[in-house]
Amino acid sequence: MKKFERFKALAAHVSIMNVDTDMIIPKQFLKTIKRTGLGAGLFYELRFDEKGNEIKDFILNQAPFNKAKILISGKNFGCGSSREHAPWALLDFGIKCVIAPSFADIFYNNCFKNGILPIVLDEKLVKELSELADKKKEIEIDLEDQKIHKGDNRPIDFDIDPFKKECLMKGYDDIALTLNKNQKISTFEDKKKTLTPWLYT
Amino acid sequence: MPKTLYDKIWESHLVEEQKDGTSLLYIDRHLVHEVTSPQAFEGLRINKRKVRAPKSTLAVVDHNVPTSDRSKGIKDKESAIQVEALSKNCKDFGIEFFGLTDKRQGIVHVIGPEQGFTQPGMTIVCGDSHTSTHGAFGALAFGIGTSEVEHVLATQTLIQSRAKNFKICVDGKLPEGVTAKDVILSIIGKIGTAGGTGYVIEYCGEVFRNFSMEERMTVCNMSIEGGARAGLVAPDQKTFDYIKGRPMAPQNKDWDKALAYWKTLFTEENAKFDREVYLNGNDIVPTVTWGTSPQDISPVTGKVPDPKTEKNEDRKKSMLRSLEYMGLEPNTPIQEISIDKVFIGSCTNGRIEDLRAVAKVVKGKKVNKQVSAMVVPGSGLVKIQAEKEGIDKILKEAGFDWREPGCSMCLGMNPDQLKPKERCASTSNRNFEGRQGRGGRTHLVSPVMAAAAAIEGKFVDIRKFS
Ligand code: SF4
Repeated sequence: MKKFERFKALAAHVSIMNVDTDMIIPKQFLKTIKRTGLGAGLFYELRFDEKGNEIKDFILNQAPFNKAKILISGKNFGCGSSREHAPWALLDFGIKCVIAPSFADIFYNNCFKNGILPIVLDEKLVKELSELADKKKEIEIDLEDQKIHKGDNRPIDFDIDPFKKECLMKGYDDIALTLNKNQKISTFEDKKKTLTPWLYT
Repeated sequence: MPKTLYDKIWESHLVEEQKDGTSLLYIDRHLVHEVTSPQAFEGLRINKRKVRAPKSTLAVVDHNVPTSDRSKGIKDKESAIQVEALSKNCKDFGIEFFGLTDKRQGIVHVIGPEQGFTQPGMTIVCGDSHTSTHGAFGALAFGIGTSEVEHVLATQTLIQSRAKNFKICVDGKLPEGVTAKDVILSIIGKIGTAGGTGYVIEYCGEVFRNFSMEERMTVCNMSIEGGARAGLVAPDQKTFDYIKGRPMAPQNKDWDKALAYWKTLFTEENAKFDREVYLNGNDIVPTVTWGTSPQDISPVTGKVPDPKTEKNEDRKKSMLRSLEYMGLEPNTPIQEISIDKVFIGSCTNGRIEDLRAVAKVVKGKKVNKQVSAMVVPGSGLVKIQAEKEGIDKILKEAGFDWREPGCSMCLGMNPDQLKPKERCASTSNRNFEGRQGRGGRTHLVSPVMAAAAAIEGKFVDIRKFS
């Protein structure tokens, strides 16, 4: 996984509550056996009409927002299906950070596995950032200091689990991390085999 | 300190816990399907990794499969590739696989319990959010993404942090015609689609104790629609009776050992929950969703709500958006909404009990002329059982289309889809925009309500339907 580095970029504001993963990437794009190329299907039904023509009104179809690297949205972002195609599609489109008042669990986890930073902020702060985004003002995401800089002297602080932060910053492959603990897993497994033997027959 | 059921399962699977709470959780069982696994197997191959516990893993095709005649394989090229990829991956990595023509094939959350693969006290995962279904057996079961599927395949563990405990208690007696589906829709209506975020729910109280295993599965299935990581019902005699004798259940001496252990799986008295919600079963009514989120519920006797009366601006905006998508006017009585399609099936309501209930409602009646109605059994074994009982005949005589098992129109990855603006009474779990087909309009209901709607061509109160 690529290391997450500090970056400054434009944010696109999709003002919808409960954005579900069916909306982020509809079913027809789930037939792929690859992780790449899904950007074309991102928010497909909001971006394209039934004939496949671009819907001009939708923010991600408008310059300069079609190049946005940050997405700002309503609460409970990423609810519904566990499909990791949702963060894959965001990433392929160029989105590296999503800001919302709250996220659904599975989506939130899936972001970290793909180098995307999901930031939970108080609704008022999300609103403030979305107004800046609407004015096409860039904001800067600094994961190391856990701050969002918006060009004034009042950066916004955000919280993040220290382990998740470290994985993003260092671009860890967490399977490799866990495989280093192989001995521990085996010891645990042996203990389980005596306690719950029926699981191993 | 007294422990909850969740605490007990969590703690008995901890391989390691760091100071900040990051934990390595051991996974007992892993279910795999064709849509969320190809990239995980690809990852294993690229990194030259093996599957650590192939015997703890079970794979099936369900999301993509056609529900019409399968003798000629799958027409859709991409779907065929995905199904073929799973078959090959299972062969290469030594995983048991139920393929397209296996009579045990079916929806992943139907076949796990059916085979006895799902048991109390286990940790169970699958690359699918409705893995919460298996919580009906008192197992900690939750959905994961593809990277985590790969992690479990390679290590038989997951990196997790502990969830909070949420108790939902429903006491009392459900009125006639009110089902498990109405109970869970009412719960989601009350707590909202994000109400369970960060929690594992335990369903307690008389109503769940009285429920069959099928009904408990319907409730746990939709825990994710309330945002929860998982749902649990403590195992009891009904659970044990259901599991006994199934192909993958513990046998002989192992059975006694397992049973002794399963009986320790309950929440201790005075255990602390971080949140509690109480509902009265007597007050729950047949429920229909009117919007594009499972929390948008109305009693069947109610009306489509009026956004004008909503004070919260964000909520008002989202109601307006939903009503426009659904093509509904505020204040329309639910019973005046006519429908074009009926879908009976899915991992929420595609089990034998659901089909029996539907057959009872439609026996000797005819599906309304303007409606096209389909029944998709949750698995091959459900289908065989239904046919043994003559349920297929009753349904076909009434004008229902009787299909092969799979996810089908629950998400429409196969040809079973709604056309734009088509309105469907569906026993599935999600009424999201475009879920059952672009522009399709989904109303979530119980199987008996869907059956009655098929006959009348519009929603009717099942309590008054004869
Ligand atoms: S039936 Fe529907 S909800 Fe259940 S696993 Fe299949 S697609 Fe998912």
